[in-house]
Amino acid sequence: MTSNNNCDISIAVTGSGGAGSITAGELLLSLAGKNGCFGMMRRSFGPQIRGGEAAALVRLGPQPIECMNDHFDLWLALDWQNADRFADEIPLHPGSLIIADPAAGETPEVVRHLGLEVLEVAMKALSKEVPLGRPNMIALGVLAHWLDFCADEAGKLIDHAFHDKGGEVVNDSRAAFTAGFTEPGIVEARSRRQVPTRCDPASVGERWDLSGNEGCGLGAIRGGLRFAAAYPITPASDLLEWLAPRLEKLGGSLLQAEDELASINMVIGASFGGVPSMTATSGPGLALMAEALGLAVAAEVPALVVNVQRGGPSTGIPTKSEQVDLDIALHGMHGDAPHLVLAALDHADCVLTTEWALRLAEALQTVAIVLTDQNLAQSRALIPRPQFVLPEIPARKTAEADDSYERYAITPDGVSPMAIPGTECSTYVADGLEHTESGKPSTAAADHALQLDKRQRKIDGFEYGEHWADVQGRGDIAILTWGSTASAAREAAGRLEEDGTKVRVIGLRLLMPASPDRLAAVLDGVEHVLVVEQSHGRQFYRYLRAYYDIEADVRVLARPGPLLIAPGEIVRELEEWS
Amino acid sequence: MALAADRPPLKARDYKSDIKPVWCPGCGDFAVLSAITKALAFLERPREEVAMITGIGCSSRIAAYTRVYGFHGVHGRALALAGGLKAARPDLTVLVAGGDGDGLSIGGNHFIHACRRNMDMTYIVMDNEVYGMTKGQASPTTDADWDRSKLTPRGTGIRPFNPAALALTAGATFIARGFTGDPNGLAKILVSAIEHRGFSFVQALSPCKTFRPEQMEWKKHVRGFAQPPTHIGALAAERLHADDGMSTGVIYQTDYPAFQPGGGEPGDPGQFEAEFRI
Repeated sequence: MTSNNNCDISIAVTGSGGAGSITAGELLLSLAGKNGCFGMMRRSFGPQIRGGEAAALVRLGPQPIECMNDHFDLWLALDWQNADRFADEIPLHPGSLIIADPAAGETPEVVRHLGLEVLEVAMKALSKEVPLGRPNMIALGVLAHWLDFCADEAGKLIDHAFHDKGGEVVNDSRAAFTAGFTEPGIVEARSRRQVPTRCDPASVGERWDLSGNEGCGLGAIRGGLRFAAAYPITPASDLLEWLAPRLEKLGGSLLQAEDELASINMVIGASFGGVPSMTATSGPGLALMAEALGLAVAAEVPALVVNVQRGGPSTGIPTKSEQVDLDIALHGMHGDAPHLVLAALDHADCVLTTEWALRLAEALQTVAIVLTDQNLAQSRALIPRPQFVLPEIPARKTAEADDSYERYAITPDGVSPMAIPGTECSTYVADGLEHTESGKPSTAAADHALQLDKRQRKIDGFEYGEHWADVQGRGDIAILTWGSTASAAREAAGRLEEDGTKVRVIGLRLLMPASPDRLAAVLDGVEHVLVVEQSHGRQFYRYLRAYYDIEADVRVLARPGPLLIAPGEIVRELEEWS
Repeated sequence: MALAADRPPLKARDYKSDIKPVWCPGCGDFAVLSAITKALAFLERPREEVAMITGIGCSSRIAAYTRVYGFHGVHGRALALAGGLKAARPDLTVLVAGGDGDGLSIGGNHFIHACRRNMDMTYIVMDNEVYGMTKGQASPTTDADWDRSKLTPRGTGIRPFNPAALALTAGATFIARGFTGDPNGLAKILVSAIEHRGFSFVQALSPCKTFRPEQMEWKKHVRGFAQPPTHIGALAAERLHADDGMSTGVIYQTDYPAFQPGGGEPGDPGQFEAEFRI
């Protein structure tokens, strides 16, 4: 077994688009939650709306899980259509079990050549015995039995999931589940094999079922968000859709824009009006927003953009993950445009990082870009309730009514009071043109230098505190990484630790401004640094080269998406090095 | 501070800043500035409750010349920025201004969608059928045979479009045309436009003395629309298409609910945490 814990199981549920594999996976994850497990579920699909392929990739265990394992222990195929398209995302091992429907025809060559045990369950035929039953509910029953999950809890989850579709659908879905749960072949096969033990729900404390996109939405709301502008783009749309009804419940609003040029300008307009504001997008959208982000920097208007990275450039692989918008987030603006770039490391961290980013943007009157990726944003995880304490961050500094008000007054910390429309006698014009302290347009060299310096100083001089990075473990080897890849690095370090090798994992959360002194301090005594990133162009490594002096020997494990970097890969890289 | 009611009434000049415009002598945009400040004084709008949002171009500089809250943003995006502001701050009087290049070319998509969205704001396009700030190139309202631009030395060969007709098609609920040669008439139109609840579009014919000196003849051709405003779209379309673009006045006004997102009561941000609990 490649799993480091026999309670740890990875399951893939696949099928053609519309076959319900994602629904089955989501319900399986919820059921695991009710049964006391930790876990996560990724969705993998093609760009087609229907008729493509879809895979629910689920990993469950007794400890918090933040990344997929190296291999899958069980692959349940509702059908084999287009299985070759995602076979390389479902690596198997010699002990893996295949559950397939004989009606789906022969096992495809990509799987067959592995010579694995195939358990046949006539999911389609069984579902036909129930009028509105579907094979995916049979599959859920099969998996619930395999994992020794409570059938009553499954019934409640099915009620909840299909409530809107009416009583018949609920009843027949429950009947289909039961048919799968009690299928004799599965019952017999399970008795032959070692299966994970369940956890005790009472002992694990409060857990949340959270996607990365939801985590970012929640973090933004906690940070004071009351306005969002939205233009749909995969894989960021679900974040915006999560916000839409919730902002209204807070007295705020979401406005759907005609394009990303509009959405970012709407954010700037609302923020100029005094309301903490954001949008969410992905690479191509961020590229369209770059001009207006420069405006927000120059006019000193707080603005938050959550950018969910996907395979690029251009439309690239829009439904799959890659860490490739670092360059544009850091350096994509015109002019000298100092701003903040942050990245969330895991699901709980989406809440922390986004809340922190919005508070920082407000306090420093600048742009904050939060980077996540499709892997993190669109996966769901069963995690301990996110708990963190952010340092005290001042709210946006506003101006009182004042006849001699100067919007861009030079102040020691670079932050000048912002008059919110409605404040008497402090009217000013926010301007993308270079300006004097009062906001009057100016092309004078001295004004340009003063204002550039002010905008840089407010960012460089701020005390960001301990959240600049997440640092775990100690040792003379360090893994230096960012974004969702940090989870694989942490798991790799855990495995190496079990073998007696101590590894320090550093996940950078605050990417800009860079923290070279802090990084130097945590790398003190470290002899080997492995940089890990999911980018063909080594964007993160080049960023490190530009902003940090690393004295240790450095190696880079970098490759493109959409295949995620697995913990085992990192372990192998480090083992080969030493 | 004195309460608003105790303050002496503001005159048009109180809405003007002390910044000297970059405009050329004889530019029509001076009259637009004058008309806007007159309209605000007439409406007695407190300066701090007005926001003037602009893009880039000669006319977009107007934000700095008014003494209200302002935003001089990026080229073509003023309407989007104003939409966000109005969504977040429905209490403000939002004015948006710019030129024909800013609003109808680079900002064309936002123009269509701002008309359609019908948020309560007033959009003034100072139309001189030319890009002035970049030294005289053809815009979407320039005649096809205008051959004075180095960029299109044989003329654009492309027909101009009628911004008022486009606004009508796209769903604006107030459409008017004014002329800078008649600043009082323009101010009157602006008063109606600002008072209109919904998206009001005002095309201000504003000659460019430098790059389109022939426009100084416009005053000979401009006249009022023969008919009073209509609320019937088909009728307005017919009049607009029959017109040579030189008739002024309110063309179309209809009563359709202005769009304003949100409007809920403030709530507790902690309320959403429960939905994640297993």
